Amino acid sequence: MIYWNSFGDFIAMGGYGFYVWGSFGLTVAIMAIEPVLVGRRLKNTQARLKRQLRAESRKETA
Amino acid sequence: MKDRFNLYRFASPATFYPLAGRMIPWFAAFAALFGLAGLYLGMLVAPTDFQQGEGYRIIFIHVPASWMSMFIYLVMAFWAAIGLAFNTRLSGMMAQALAPTGALMAFLSLWTGALWGKPMWGAWWVWDARLTSELILLFLYIGYMALVAAIDDPRRADKAGGLLLLVGVVNIPIIYFSVQWWNTLHQGSSVNLTKSSMAVTMLWGMLLMAFCFWSYAIAVALARVRSILLERERHTDWVKAELLGVGDGERA
Repeated sequence: MIYWNSFGDFIAMGGYGFYVWGSFGLTVAIMAIEPVLVGRRLKNTQARLKRQLRAESRKETA
Repeated sequence: MKDRFNLYRFASPATFYPLAGRMIPWFAAFAALFGLAGLYLGMLVAPTDFQQGEGYRIIFIHVPASWMSMFIYLVMAFWAAIGLAFNTRLSGMMAQALAPTGALMAFLSLWTGALWGKPMWGAWWVWDARLTSELILLFLYIGYMALVAAIDDPRRADKAGGLLLLVGVVNIPIIYFSVQWWNTLHQGSSVNLTKSSMAVTMLWGMLLMAFCFWSYAIAVALARVRSILLERERHTDWVKAELLGVGDGERA
């Protein structure tokens, strides 16, 4: 089923390795980094708002 | 009547926030599954192309990224229209949550296109109808994000951004039909509803990658819209209940 004869063939991509892996490399990098940044933003927002809301409710009860 | 009521319920930020949180892992899992299956078919199983050799394999990300760049813009324009017509709170937030991912897709479309164009046409870039209109799409995304970020009042930012989105939507059919309307270096569409010019494994590899990009975009946009929801609604009771876990019997 596998089209390639060797791992070296797969990496070389018939001489188009630079173009193929340059395309896939950046795509994979972006699709790995964007979710991390978005997840971190959500966690930071939740933590910051939690702190603010707690501080506000303490002020109200005091 | 009960169904209608339920549908409207999901448009309320208080219900949508936890719902989005529950949906994200599913779409992330779909993206990973479709991506692995698509890469397996496209990169390991699919045969070579008789004209372009192995260089054609860039298609497995170039086409999904290009499709998503156009589709995400259409979805944003849809939310902009809903927001302007019905003044709904969630619509503008949805458009804003989608914009960075759409911009990245447009950028990836241009990047992979350049890396495909160089070996096949001998040029990284040409001022061709297809390429130029896709570049304009990237500028529309960036312009929308800059405009929305520059206006302090979120409701006014949504209105101005929404107008920009609706005016810019004219660019989408221009991109899509550019290869038919003008003489262009860019090849015609590889997928056709009646007959396709591709081998079956190539076609499936590409469709699976398209599903992967689709699920990915949904998961990322849902996570981003949750941040925007919390920010904008931080003075409401539901955010207090959600974050501090107090009161509010509405939660499932």
